[in-house]
Amino acid sequence: MQGFLLSLQSEFYKTRNTLAFWSAILFPLVLCVLISFGFYYNSAKVIPYPAEQQWFKFSGAFLGVMGSLLIPMLVIFQTFSINNIEHKAEMWKSLFSLPIPKWSLYSAKYLYAVFLNALCITLFATFILASGHLLNYLIPEFKFNQYDISSLLFKMHLKLFLASTGILSIQFVFSLLWADFLKPMGIGFLLTVFGIITANLGWEYAYTIPYAHPMLALQNIMGQIMKRADQQRIFNLMDKEIYVSLIVAGVAFIIGYIIINRRNIK
Amino acid sequence: MPGELIIETRDLSYVFGDQKVLDQISLKVRAGSIYGFLGPNGAGKTTTIKILLNLLKSSEQNVFLFEEELNKSRIRILSKIGSLIEQPAIYAHLSGRENLINRGRLLKLPTKRVDEILELVDLTENSGKKAGKYSLGMKQRLGIGLALLSDPPLLILDEPTNGLDPNGIIEVRHLLQKLVKEHGKTVFISSHLLSEVEKMITHVGIINRGKLLFQGTLEELHNASKSQIVLITNDLAESANLLKRSGYQADIVSDKICLPYTTLENVAAINTLLVNNKHKVYSIGQSKQNLEELFLSITQP
Repeated sequence: MQGFLLSLQSEFYKTRNTLAFWSAILFPLVLCVLISFGFYYNSAKVIPYPAEQQWFKFSGAFLGVMGSLLIPMLVIFQTFSINNIEHKAEMWKSLFSLPIPKWSLYSAKYLYAVFLNALCITLFATFILASGHLLNYLIPEFKFNQYDISSLLFKMHLKLFLASTGILSIQFVFSLLWADFLKPMGIGFLLTVFGIITANLGWEYAYTIPYAHPMLALQNIMGQIMKRADQQRIFNLMDKEIYVSLIVAGVAFIIGYIIINRRNIK
Repeated sequence: MPGELIIETRDLSYVFGDQKVLDQISLKVRAGSIYGFLGPNGAGKTTTIKILLNLLKSSEQNVFLFEEELNKSRIRILSKIGSLIEQPAIYAHLSGRENLINRGRLLKLPTKRVDEILELVDLTENSGKKAGKYSLGMKQRLGIGLALLSDPPLLILDEPTNGLDPNGIIEVRHLLQKLVKEHGKTVFISSHLLSEVEKMITHVGIINRGKLLFQGTLEELHNASKSQIVLITNDLAESANLLKRSGYQADIVSDKICLPYTTLENVAAINTLLVNNKHKVYSIGQSKQNLEELFLSITQP
């Protein structure tokens, strides 16, 4: 256990000044600033709507692209960056000749990738909320402060996070196997597009494809909220695609460990 | 304990696909020695080292370090080894100091140790500089520093003098000799150039095409060296041909002819043969191969 904690601490230490870590913070921040600018300059189009609708329009601008492309791409980039640090420094042989169990090194690295993804998605929710209130402060005609979307927003992001764990684990194994960017990126991108298409087509078995999970999660959130006659904004956190995502994550995590444990370091 | 076997492999063989990379290697490295593991490129040196570090796995239980079997006691054995394999593994975006701090934290060592190592490998002045911007020699020293960080009793260094200039090689030599003499370490060092490590090693193992061709002290290697007759004439090619025609194993090596020494009578007979055939003999004598020649004669078929 101590080896695991030390490895986790080391992951943070060696990435703290790299894009691998900062992308998790800068990406949501920059995107929020850019989209807030858009809403600031086009405020007249949004102001007539009631408070709740204003929030849905604002957060929807992020969530739509997040469910389809943004989360898979971020996950592909982050898992690549974390493992690439070792590939680039030819560090695997050095790490595996340390008196630290391989599972500690491996699981700490995996957990750090999960942490970065969680951090990034949490920051998205936080920055969306903060930007809404900031817009309201700058243009008092907005009604963002008349509706509390925080719990709904965080729950949506939690569901998206859970839906992305399957992709994360698969991409983690890919970037562990291949040192170059093109293979994990190329395969990840291809599968993401495939996932989006199958989710959009409403294919019956789309839930079996991890890359379709964020999109399906978003469709389920919207579908369940819209279906309700009582106007309550409630949806299920755990749906079929979330269970599959978590199972895939578990299986990919174990496969990754078997690969690392058996692999000869050439 | 001096004399204790720190590294021992028993008929270690290793196969990559259908190619036998190691063929019944039985290494014996004793405590307190600097063991030079020599062989040309592709001889099997790095493969052996990777097996000693459990990066490649021997399917049989025939690798022992500190008298324990490697597959069984992996973590305990690795905690006593500092290693440098091929190019030093360094995070280019971190400074030399940060590289050491990161490794030190993984190994639960105090930060004070990092400063001691920086001092030891002479990197204190450049400790804040990004390791990616270090010269090759500095990277190599940082690599050795990382290997030394946990103060392990055994150092396994794969070609640590690779790419170093003569000064760098001398620095590494002094550092390793100091570690053995003053700190009681055992060093296992590989190289493809005997001349680079000749002055620092106490023991030598020569490997080629996966086979261990010689193992012993440097003195034993000298003794294994065969005597030769070395002669210089006015026309080396003609003289060599004449000797060959007369049944001698004569070879031209740079500016002289070398043939195996047997007896003094034989030397006189060769001289007579050459003189009778109107060859001018400028010099004739008996000589032992130097280590480099011996190394080449062992590793070349």
